[in-house]
Amino acid sequence: MTRIPEFHAAKWNEPVVMEMGRPGARGQLFPAPEDEVTKAVGTDLIPHAMVRKDRAELPEITEFEAQRHYLHLSQMTLGMMGISLFGTCTMKYNSKTAEYATLRPEVAELHPYQHPDTLQGVLEIIHDFDCMLRSLSGMDQFIFQAGGGADAAYTMTAVARAYWQDRGMLGQRTEMVTSAQSHPCNPATAAAAGFKVVNLPLEENGYPSLEALKAAVSDKTALIMLNNPDDMGIYNPEIKEWVKVAKEAGALCFYDHANFNGVMGKLSARELGFDACMFMLHKTFGAPKAGGGPAVGAYGCTDELAPYLPCPLIVQDGARYVLDEDRPKSCGKVREFWGNVPQVVKAYAWARSMGAEGIQLASDISVVANNYMDKKLAEIPGLEISNPSIDLWRMEMTRWSLGPLTEATGVTTVDFANRMADYGIDPYWMSHEPWIVAEPFTPEAGELWSKEDIDTWIGVIAQIAEEARTNPELVKTAPHNQAIAQVKGDVFEDPAKWAMTWRAHVRKSGLQDKANGAA
Amino acid sequence: MTEEMRAHPWMANAAPGALQAMLDEIGADSARELFEQIPEDHFRTTPLNFPPALSSEIELKRDLLSKLKKNEDCEANLSFLGAGVWQHHVPAIVDEIVGRTEFATNVWGSYQSDHGRNQAWFEFSSQLGALLNLDVVQLPVYSWGCANGHAVRMAQRITGRNKVLVSQLSDPERLSVLRTYCQPTAMESHIEVVMVDVHSTNGRMDLDDLKSKLGDGVAAVYFENPAYLGTIESEAAEIARLARAAGAETIVGIDPVSLGVITAPGDYGADIVTGPVQPLGVHMQCGGGVGGFIASRDEAKYVLEYNGFLVSIAETLKEGEMGFGLACPHQNSYGSREDGKDWTGNSTYLWAIAGAVYMSLLGPEGFRELGTLIVSRARYAAKLLSEVPGIKIVWPDTTFKEFVVNFDDTGRTVADVNDALRARGIFGGKDISDEENGLGQSALYCVTEVHTAADIRALVHTLKEVLK
Amino acid sequence: MRIGLIVNPNSGLGGAVGLKGTDGPDTVAEALRRGATPQAGLRTRTALELLSRRVPKATLFSAPGRLGADWAMGLPLDLRLSRQRSLTGAGYDTQQAVLDLPPVDVIVFAGGDGTARDVMSVIPEGAAILGIPCGVKMHSGVFAVTPSATGSMMADLLSNQDRIEWQNEAEIMDIDEAGLRAGVIAPRLYGLARTPVSRTLMQAAKGGPRMNSASALAAAAAGVVRDMTAETLYVIGPGTSAGAVMTATGHRPTTLGVDALLNGEMVAQDTDALGLNRLAQDRPVGIVLGVTGQQGFLLGRGNQQIDANIIRRAGRGGLIILATEEKLAALAQPCLFVDTGDLELDAELGGFIRVRTGEAREMMMRVTSC
Repeated sequence: MTRIPEFHAAKWNEPVVMEMGRPGARGQLFPAPEDEVTKAVGTDLIPHAMVRKDRAELPEITEFEAQRHYLHLSQMTLGMMGISLFGTCTMKYNSKTAEYATLRPEVAELHPYQHPDTLQGVLEIIHDFDCMLRSLSGMDQFIFQAGGGADAAYTMTAVARAYWQDRGMLGQRTEMVTSAQSHPCNPATAAAAGFKVVNLPLEENGYPSLEALKAAVSDKTALIMLNNPDDMGIYNPEIKEWVKVAKEAGALCFYDHANFNGVMGKLSARELGFDACMFMLHKTFGAPKAGGGPAVGAYGCTDELAPYLPCPLIVQDGARYVLDEDRPKSCGKVREFWGNVPQVVKAYAWARSMGAEGIQLASDISVVANNYMDKKLAEIPGLEISNPSIDLWRMEMTRWSLGPLTEATGVTTVDFANRMADYGIDPYWMSHEPWIVAEPFTPEAGELWSKEDIDTWIGVIAQIAEEARTNPELVKTAPHNQAIAQVKGDVFEDPAKWAMTWRAHVRKSGLQDKANGAA
Repeated sequence: MTEEMRAHPWMANAAPGALQAMLDEIGADSARELFEQIPEDHFRTTPLNFPPALSSEIELKRDLLSKLKKNEDCEANLSFLGAGVWQHHVPAIVDEIVGRTEFATNVWGSYQSDHGRNQAWFEFSSQLGALLNLDVVQLPVYSWGCANGHAVRMAQRITGRNKVLVSQLSDPERLSVLRTYCQPTAMESHIEVVMVDVHSTNGRMDLDDLKSKLGDGVAAVYFENPAYLGTIESEAAEIARLARAAGAETIVGIDPVSLGVITAPGDYGADIVTGPVQPLGVHMQCGGGVGGFIASRDEAKYVLEYNGFLVSIAETLKEGEMGFGLACPHQNSYGSREDGKDWTGNSTYLWAIAGAVYMSLLGPEGFRELGTLIVSRARYAAKLLSEVPGIKIVWPDTTFKEFVVNFDDTGRTVADVNDALRARGIFGGKDISDEENGLGQSALYCVTEVHTAADIRALVHTLKEVLK
Repeated sequence: MRIGLIVNPNSGLGGAVGLKGTDGPDTVAEALRRGATPQAGLRTRTALELLSRRVPKATLFSAPGRLGADWAMGLPLDLRLSRQRSLTGAGYDTQQAVLDLPPVDVIVFAGGDGTARDVMSVIPEGAAILGIPCGVKMHSGVFAVTPSATGSMMADLLSNQDRIEWQNEAEIMDIDEAGLRAGVIAPRLYGLARTPVSRTLMQAAKGGPRMNSASALAAAAAGVVRDMTAETLYVIGPGTSAGAVMTATGHRPTTLGVDALLNGEMVAQDTDALGLNRLAQDRPVGIVLGVTGQQGFLLGRGNQQIDANIIRRAGRGGLIILATEEKLAALAQPCLFVDTGDLELDAELGGFIRVRTGEAREMMMRVTSC
């Protein structure tokens, strides 16, 4: 019998910081300007029209109160300190060794405009890591400027624009072709870059047909953007033909390696024919996601596309490393400077620690663990695997459906996720848009979690499925063991009620009137 | 057992027998069998070319440190670099909180299980809103330049117009990002970036030139306060008024640490405000500390155009209890794929937590003291430098923390001077001599609260020596 | 929030015994003769059980006997019943029961497309409808996914309206059963209804609720209008998807019929094949089409006004198709069907074609003949 965690989140009933403190309390003092300074320049330094006259309505609290308040907030954050099999995000251990290295002034207190001679250590690490990614992908050059996976997809669209502009064909090559099941960042960044998006529908076998691709690509196609395997755990075995068809039409081919964990060390984007690819360092390479960044989308491409990359490139020049800014065909920057450097250092640390064999083993483990999980989940009534007719082992994650359970009990996948938090289990990932299976969820075991962790997770799923049958209201009104109860959704799309700041909340909730009334 | 077979500390199922136990359970003979979906000729043929693994913590740490120690940093040296990343004091509590593993975690988090994180996010927006005097603040995007890109695209969607006016003296780094967001001119949907002249006497926007360029096609006017070269834009309200009269949105980029002493942009007519989050308690990290916020008035026409995460306070099912969730989530690219407003993804949300802690520590008086200290020391530095023979300060009395130092009369190039300074433990200001600004051999110096009067005197002393 | 409940006890009888529906007393009799057991009542009970568990003592306005009250027997619900009537076994019973209800905000009905049509035909202005899925045919956009989902939504309507959003233009569809029994699928749009839909509360921080179909459609329609060329006759097919193009040009679409646009002006309203061919003259022709829910019909069902001649004039390249991705994903088979009455033309139309699903956004779909 699997142990079901007994859990209750810390519950501090913590006020919003704006409600805290007392007039005149201080958390941080700054010295007054030295006498020599004031004597020399006086005190009337801001143009009068621009002098701030009001006092900013910020909290006034002590240093300890700030520390305690935010520690309380961290304690009311699960943050994966239970078990998270959050699919499409590949949960990893984030090395503190690497984290602490980046807190040192040799990383934290570097300025990107320092002379490269003073940055040789960090440039060396970036370059060495670039070489490891080249080996993993077969590409010729990587850059780390993109602030996340989506930004790396955007980098691809910017590079494609510069590539076609260089050929005088940007007015003609206006379309990007992708699968209806690709990550939303691919169509979204292509659309924001000015391309029309052509989606290919999935067929019975779980991936779009080659025939659909052939009908979609033409001399208007600028690029195709694909991930493989997809979030269902299905690998498109025709991918080489896809690349061939797209290239015959002249299109660039981009491999979104969001789902790299199951195939790392096994596939090479270049050998499959792709021109460019992207790795998420905050995902596959062990850097933290930190609840939404700072992250890095490492973008790599062939020598043919390299002239169009955003600047600067970090290149080796004899025994030195230099920043190459002089690239006339560059597409321009997608973000200031050269990327989230500490995250690159952490990813480098991960790759060095794992080594080639470790990476191979991790992909084996993640695929075996997922299929083990599939077998166990199939034993729970009310759950259904996506594409049930496909009788093949899945890759490193599988999309599942709660459709039958919802039909029997009215408990939806959102209700289910709410309830998971009551067991100290991070709610699962459901699905990217569009939802092509009913009431979806997408677990991914990866190489971090033990078999016991996976068993516990499945035990909780089984427990909630049982609750859905015996006491659906318990599930629908979850969470019950969390820091707060279920959040009501009525304000989020109502301009009269939403409040993105305390100021807005005070104005809309009538707190201001109450305060005035009391005064 | 060989060395390679030892279970890696980051992989539970690397323990002997664990993988086999799962294979047995599912009835498979080998891991390889599970890759049956991949055709044989798709597997890579070239072996991985990796350096030897450093599986032990002790080896890994040694490798990282031996490399990193080749760096020279701004703590051991005296640095006057700014221009997009600035050296500010980071309170220790900020480092403690952003280092908490619940926040610096590998997970995205959820609204059900990560209430504390959600509250910290809301507190970031709330406190920044109090500094800006604006009601809506989005969680930060990748950088200030990216925030400008999104803000201009918001203005384009709001007005249906396709032109943005920006200062002729814009930061090339941010401008390059903005141009990327505005798309190449060969594309039908591109936004034209038009330069507005500045007064050579004070670095401020030339309002006559602005008036002549405002018109039916202009979606937005973008200016910074303080501007890229440090100048304070004292006619901000007039620029906003002119823009509004022409039907354009006013977008203002601001430095949040200036807001203890400089008027809040919400008070002089800004429609959308952007700025860097790095000054709010984030280390420079070689540029890895950047993030950019977007804020606006609380009107649906703005709110419905944001690209990312807007955190709203909301009631819970329990009477009197408040929680937090995402407002208008359908409009981001997770909700609407390519129909979303631009796109979003992993961003820089940990820096929102840093900012929340930082702002709560400073409070209204801390920001006032900080602003006063920075502007005083920066002006002091400018004044002392102007007394060095051959050195001119381009706009001496109109700047906040950055200012342009001109070396033309010294007969030396900035690169040359900076090399000499570096040899003496000083990182001189950013060389802006090749930025097409008509300012000759000039450097952009940055002075903040971390620079004492003694540091400033040391700079001046060393420069005199170098220029001798 | 006041909820009415009307059950069509005969709904769904036909399905299990191979009849394609249960429209009319004769079919009901035939179904019962073949040994069908009534499903509607039991499904209603499933919904009500869930409702009573979540909102004990919930008030419902309903009809006596098999049209309502029978299925709630013994459940902790507060039923307010209208007067007893003698039953005819025809759609008239449903209509009369709706008319007998006091004013309500939502009428929950148990039935299929036929019942939905009957309710719609007499529903008071402003009231919404919500179906407990019981019928053989359920192509209308007013049904919850399952009986328990209906019960769950009723509970939300009464106790937690945050979880509900309203859709004002749900399509009421039906298929001619006689034709269906003969193997011809001919879905038709009978009107639009207001219906509650479950709002998916925010999932993980990473995601949001489902995308907004209406705005995607409006954006797609705006794109179509932008791409229109002068002096081309645009034939606008029936349905809300094609109608969105009329709306985008500032015209009111004939949702149940065919309109035509020329140079931005409406030049024909609810017209027929003759009218279209006359207007076409020697102009280029574009045909704006939606897709029928579930079956995925493009041409030849409910839009026969658009005849083979005008389709030929437009050619494959002249077909402008709009549909939301949700609708395409919900098709029974992942393809679009054409039945123009001209086999050669049907064959020419075959293969993958572009469907506009949003602004600057398209989906490739396979077109095939029936």
